[in-house]
Amino acid sequence: MTTVPLEKVRPLGKARLSHTAVFWIGFCAIMALLIVAPLVLPEFWRRFLTEILIWGLLAMSSDLLIGYTGMISFGHSAFFGLGMYGAAGALIAHSPPNLWLALFFGLAGAAGAALFVAFFSTRLRDIYFAITTLIFSQIFYVIIFTWTPVTGGENGLIFSRPHLWLPFLYDARFTSTTMHWFVLAVVAASYLFLRRITQSPFGMVLQSIRENEARTRAIGYAVERYKMVSVMFSGLFAGLAGVLYALQNQFAAPDFVYFLTSGDTVIYNVMGGIGTLVGPIVGAGFFQLVRDLLSRFFGDQFPYLIPLGMIFIVMIIFLPQGLLGFARRWLNK
Amino acid sequence: MDALSHFLHSVPLDLFIIQTVNGIVAGMILALVASGLTLIFGIMDVVNFAHGELFMLGAYIGVVIVAMTGSFWLALTASALIVALIGAGLQIATLRPLIGRDPLNTILATFGVSLILQNFALWEFGPTVRRIPEPLGTSFTLFYLQYPWYRLFIAVLSAAIIIGFWLFLKHGKFGVWIRATAQDRIMAQAMGIPVPLVYTGVFAIGAAMAAASGVLFAPLVGVSHTMGLDWVLKAFIVVVVGGMGNLAGSIAAAIFISLLESYATIWVDPSQAVIVSFVVLILTLLFRPTGLFVSTPK
Repeated sequence: MTTVPLEKVRPLGKARLSHTAVFWIGFCAIMALLIVAPLVLPEFWRRFLTEILIWGLLAMSSDLLIGYTGMISFGHSAFFGLGMYGAAGALIAHSPPNLWLALFFGLAGAAGAALFVAFFSTRLRDIYFAITTLIFSQIFYVIIFTWTPVTGGENGLIFSRPHLWLPFLYDARFTSTTMHWFVLAVVAASYLFLRRITQSPFGMVLQSIRENEARTRAIGYAVERYKMVSVMFSGLFAGLAGVLYALQNQFAAPDFVYFLTSGDTVIYNVMGGIGTLVGPIVGAGFFQLVRDLLSRFFGDQFPYLIPLGMIFIVMIIFLPQGLLGFARRWLNK
Repeated sequence: MDALSHFLHSVPLDLFIIQTVNGIVAGMILALVASGLTLIFGIMDVVNFAHGELFMLGAYIGVVIVAMTGSFWLALTASALIVALIGAGLQIATLRPLIGRDPLNTILATFGVSLILQNFALWEFGPTVRRIPEPLGTSFTLFYLQYPWYRLFIAVLSAAIIIGFWLFLKHGKFGVWIRATAQDRIMAQAMGIPVPLVYTGVFAIGAAMAAASGVLFAPLVGVSHTMGLDWVLKAFIVVVVGGMGNLAGSIAAAIFISLLESYATIWVDPSQAVIVSFVVLILTLLFRPTGLFVSTPK
């Protein structure tokens, strides 16, 4: 091959900013906006933004499966819920409540669920995978819903928030502003980590499974093992979102383990644009914003999911790439 | 062996027989729901997430018609027809544009439809549970229970609908079209079979079967906007355990799972008995991922 790399052809004097530079400048600009946001926004919108980030993290974790490995999970509520209940358990059992213990137990809970789901569901492909993940999440729902002595059953668990404790550095109560920053830090770090995963050789194998599973297997990759690891990663980050949600709202309820949470996660992904990692956050924001506007205009009783469902179907038919689909290649470069 | 026989003797025979009857009745309704689902999957490659909502919609339409006319049988037929029309409309609006795309898109689209229908029902009919009175008031004595004839009647009628549908597939003109399309879509089209029409028709038939089972089932537990999801989950389990797209397998699996769940309620709470069907599903996935009731693929 004698073709000259494109960069060398382009005259150096007129060099545009490289892709990496543009990406990082954009990343820092958005981060700066999100860091400043809680200082200027009123309380309601501050919490709103924090929740969008948490839902965005959940959707982003599921994007690793939908967008990169090509498997639609309808069971992310299980990971989210186990993260939530794991954190709740640690916060209730240990006094005074410890932030890092909650994080650890939340992640351990989600990892357990993910191990279980990964082991069984990755034997199946496409729709079969989607259905079995859905059914597995219902197993966890039934267990949490009926095991009242431990999980509080229908009423869920209520607990107090731990201090934001950074060893040797900082120890204070969470305010809604520091909560926002904490969530933002976790979500941003998760984004960078997931982006690193998808661009690593491991991520390349995942994408090749999405494109052509049979050929990937023929090349010699142990497809099942890759799928399992990707489900595990995805479940861990979904559990992280669950821990954050528990910290934010100080309760854990079986409703969040119910299938509708998984459904919302898939909707965020499709609306924002699968295979982009940031798209799902945008999708979550769009969904929550439309929902909030609808209930502002038409009252709390308005069945906001009817118009949102219609928007969702129209987007599947006419805009299957989602809101950020146009930037997909650029974001993954 | 001793422990086993002791265990078996600890269950009274009458309770065992009652649960067997219950299981078969529940299994026949489930079979009716699942056969619509498996038909739509087998022919259109569409996993219809909205199937449970069509079941629920059928039940609600039954409630309305019974309230208006007082006739259960009119409600049963009218509800099936109306939901068939709704199903055809839904197929044309949401699934037809997706033909030829990745089948995963159709799951998402039908999921959107199910959200819309479920919230529509909540909005229109409210969260209270509605009831349809049992059309056959009489009952017979089954050991210490007054067992309503209606339950047995549901089982028989479900079986009749499934058999009728099977005969229609076997001998009806449209049934032959359906089977031809399921076998080879492109060849069927080349032979002059209007494949898009077959798709719409199949979806309408599946919807009608869901609606009919919804109306039949409504007198037993009452109608609520969340009833669809429970049933669609069970039907999914049945369809996976029975082998996707396999009608006879689905029916066998429906009865098998309902019997197991029904026996499980001898010992545990009904809400926990669901776990039994989950366990069956897991075991199936582990040892026979193609389905319990299909011949081993080569």
